[in-house]
Amino acid sequence: MISDGVEDEDKWLASGIAGLQQNAFYMHRALDSNNLRDALKYSAQMLSELRTSRLSPHKYYELYMRAFDELRKLEMFFKEETRRGCSIIDLYELVQHAGNILPRLYLLCTVGSVYIKSKEAPAKDVLKDLVEMCRGIQHPIRGLFLRSYLSQVSRDKLPDIGSEYEGDADTVMDAVEFVLQNFTEMNKLWVRMHHQGPAREKERREKERSELRDLVGKNLHVLSQIEGVDLDMYRETVLPRVLEQVVNCKDELAQYYLMDCIIQVFPDEYHLQTLEILLAACPQLQPFVDIKTVLSRLMERLSNYAASSTEVSNGMLYSWLQSSNRGTDDDFMLQVLPEFLQVEAFAKLNNYIGKVIEAQVDMPIAGAVTLYSSLLTFTLNVHPDRLDYVDQILGACVKKLSGKGKLDDSRATKQIVSLLSAPLEKYNDIETALKLSNYPRVMEHLDNGTNKVMAGVIIQSIMKNRTSISTSDKVEALFELITGLIKDSDENLHDEIDEEDFHEEQNSVSRLIQMLYNDDPEEMLKNSDIAAEPFVSCFNDADHTLSAACQIICTVRKHILTGGPKRLPFTVPPLIFNALKLVRRLQSQEENTAGEEVATTPKKIFQILNQTIEALSTVPAPELALRLYLECAEAANDCDLEPVAYEFFTQAYILYEEEVSDSRAQVTAIHLIIGTLQRMHVFGVENRDTLTHKATGYSAKLLKKPDQCRAVYACAHLFWVDDSDSIKDGERDCYDLFVRFTVARSSIVPSEKIRCLVGFSLIWDCYDLFVRFTVARVLLCLKRALRIANAAQQMANATRGSSGSVSLFIEILNKYLYFFEKGNSEISVSTIEGLIELITTDLQSDNTTSDPAADAFFASTLRYIQFQKQKGGAMGEKYEPLKVRLAG
Amino acid sequence: MVLVLALGDLHIPHRAPDLPPKFKSMLVPGKIQHIICTGNLCIKEVHDYLKTICSDLQITQGEYDEETRYPETKTLTIGQFKLGVCHGHQRLTSLFPIYRLKVIPWGDLDSLAMLQRQLDVDILVTGHTHQFTAYKHEAGVVINPGSATGAYSSVTCDVNPSFVLMDIDATRVVVYVYELVDGEVKVDKIDFKKTTATTAH
Repeated sequence: MISDGVEDEDKWLASGIAGLQQNAFYMHRALDSNNLRDALKYSAQMLSELRTSRLSPHKYYELYMRAFDELRKLEMFFKEETRRGCSIIDLYELVQHAGNILPRLYLLCTVGSVYIKSKEAPAKDVLKDLVEMCRGIQHPIRGLFLRSYLSQVSRDKLPDIGSEYEGDADTVMDAVEFVLQNFTEMNKLWVRMHHQGPAREKERREKERSELRDLVGKNLHVLSQIEGVDLDMYRETVLPRVLEQVVNCKDELAQYYLMDCIIQVFPDEYHLQTLEILLAACPQLQPFVDIKTVLSRLMERLSNYAASSTEVSNGMLYSWLQSSNRGTDDDFMLQVLPEFLQVEAFAKLNNYIGKVIEAQVDMPIAGAVTLYSSLLTFTLNVHPDRLDYVDQILGACVKKLSGKGKLDDSRATKQIVSLLSAPLEKYNDIETALKLSNYPRVMEHLDNGTNKVMAGVIIQSIMKNRTSISTSDKVEALFELITGLIKDSDENLHDEIDEEDFHEEQNSVSRLIQMLYNDDPEEMLKNSDIAAEPFVSCFNDADHTLSAACQIICTVRKHILTGGPKRLPFTVPPLIFNALKLVRRLQSQEENTAGEEVATTPKKIFQILNQTIEALSTVPAPELALRLYLECAEAANDCDLEPVAYEFFTQAYILYEEEVSDSRAQVTAIHLIIGTLQRMHVFGVENRDTLTHKATGYSAKLLKKPDQCRAVYACAHLFWVDDSDSIKDGERDCYDLFVRFTVARSSIVPSEKIRCLVGFSLIWDCYDLFVRFTVARVLLCLKRALRIANAAQQMANATRGSSGSVSLFIEILNKYLYFFEKGNSEISVSTIEGLIELITTDLQSDNTTSDPAADAFFASTLRYIQFQKQKGGAMGEKYEPLKVRLAG
Repeated sequence: MVLVLALGDLHIPHRAPDLPPKFKSMLVPGKIQHIICTGNLCIKEVHDYLKTICSDLQITQGEYDEETRYPETKTLTIGQFKLGVCHGHQRLTSLFPIYRLKVIPWGDLDSLAMLQRQLDVDILVTGHTHQFTAYKHEAGVVINPGSATGAYSSVTCDVNPSFVLMDIDATRVVVYVYELVDGEVKVDKIDFKKTTATTAH
């Protein structure tokens, strides 16, 4: 049925075109022979084809365009005819003899156009006559096209200012009046289409109607092109009349299209000055008109206008400064922004948006938020300095959302995200957003997922701009915004959280924590008096003189500790390292301001850190906690805080003993402990001995023999005190060495001998004894390592397993060489030779499978010995007695 | 000619939010044939980022790495050079004297030298100290590319972000050190020629 309809239409169109062409042919013949009468006859017959009401607007347009082309030729003919002496007035009368009204009016318009051109009558009279006559056609499609034709032929003949048709009697007012009348009539026809025909074809009809909308809109375009329409006339006549028609037609499609059309065709400064009138029409529109899009476009245009004129005025200002030749144009451009203020653009827009939202009760939340979002964009462009406006908009949004709880409409949440992202993008500075009191309140209405997305956007903005958040108040406000990432809300306890997403989001929090610092030492000192903040209470003492930087750390700590066991491994490490960085800054500051009272001491920070890491160890994340304890211990070492460093080590040891159970993790942990302990210089003899002793004990208790062996020979370094290091610091070290010595000796020599050694005069003797003592303990470790390597080898032999233990011997050999070079007197040439011998035999023995890696290791070690021998000097001498049979 | 990027100790996100933008703009895909990373990335995101620069990525285990299945040491051959990689936290790197000089003559016999002999490599790349160093001697080089993010280190104060590019051409390697000092990228160059062959296998 429908396809038939389409086919029928094609058929009708074809026959229409055929009829049109045939008559056009005869018309041309008549024109060629200057036969006016025939020409009129055939042209009227040709135009009769347009009388059809069987075609859809689309097809009708095709037919109309063909007729239009023919009419241009006819118009030319009329023009020549008048030149030949035929009276235009007669012609105007003559064409009215045509039998049917539609052809008659088309011909009349054509002659009318020539009539105006001839200036034999005032343009306004002819135009008025024509626009009145056109009322004769009330069929919507035929009428619309006829009037469109009238508008087309009269366009260049309007009595506009500066046009040749402007005269005493013809004013621009008449031109405007003509276009407005034509517009009004066309709109009426267009709206009427909606009501004609059967109801079941309504949808199709609306589609057809929207195809015709440009015919109506064309009039507004013509209006905007009239030079004479200045701001006053626009405000007094054009806009009120157009709006009156728009409001009164009560047609959704027409209202939406025409409002949009007004906004698009007329210049920005007109809109700005007539904002009130335009906006006042909005709440009067039909309830289902998509007013938010219209208003959004308006605000978009105005904000672009503001943005572009700011650019221009800046440029103008520059050229003005350059030439100091100020023109009136410059004045105008510079005044654009004040103009916005003068007309109170923001207040008006804000007011009417409120009214529109009130008037359209059924407007979905998404629509309202879109409106606020556009208003916000407008404000950000036009009044970037007015944060109060921004906050006001967010406040209005909160009001609209209040009582709605969390939104589940995905479109609305998407709009809220874009609403909240806009200030971040504009200011590139989160600190500005933190000043907006309504910002977090809007965020509350987002569902958990979107809330996290928004928090992610905030963090990204901070990371992108590398903004540092430098006071604890701001940190507090920021954490309020991103609270969705910081702790579990009650609801998502039940949600399945994707592990990977969780990692990603927590890593972004971790990154964020890096940005929460105060880099300016002066600021740090300046703020140290105003620390009477509640969150300082993480110290129990009544010390209110914390620096801003330390306050930040306390604030961050307070928040991340609420994160629960899953988040702590992500958030604690960056906090710890932030704090350690602060400690380092304080250290260098102390050097600069020696003697002055410093508010935040590293000691206090370490106290907080100790508690923070403790939280991590209960998560449990013992391996991470252990590493952090060691980092802190080393930092405390740099601050010369022995008890603090010792405490950290003790904590690390407790974790090692109680929590680290995996054998591989134990190996890594013990090497980290030995490495850190080796770098510590703060410990006195007693503490150092305790810690070293324990570390050695742990080493010997590792699960696998090779691991034991390697840890034990590493421990040898703990006992070694390098000569050059110890002596260079002078007397204090000598004394220290003396004390160390006396304590050390007490365990191995009779007490009376110590007594007789005590005294500073004998300090160098003590030193000597001490050195001997340490070298003995180094050797003890190495020998112990050898024993373990032996045991490992026997185990390997028993199981006929791998020959990896040879490598252990070579490693120990390297250690022997190290201490040999360092001047450990207890390591003799013969010991090394013996070890080399042992390894050589081992490598060559039949019951070990060949191990190329061990071979290469041994060969390169021997090469190294050879290299040292040939080097000469002190080192060469030392190596001289060493006899090595080079393998191969 | 083969370009090898050596870097490590990024400590993202624990100690640094990201690589410095200036470094990121230098490290474009398609230019580098191998990446040697000493470890402590610390998260998968960084691993994936490095993969985008070059798909051949050799990583060893750092003590803070989220991924715990990286090997402790790794060896690879490029041109006529044998390279070894190890993070170094297991190796008492403190014995590495931290000099102010950027390039120090091969001196002390220390744990890393032992590691170099053990792996039997010409070039040993390590990390952990966050300080760029390059030792050079007849038999090889030991390079520490420093921390690519300038991350905090308890071993080294005032860490500048740095990484190393090695241009390996048969028996010659040119080591370029990129260091970010006060917002400016500074480049140093160390030339190294292989003279003696390592043990035949």
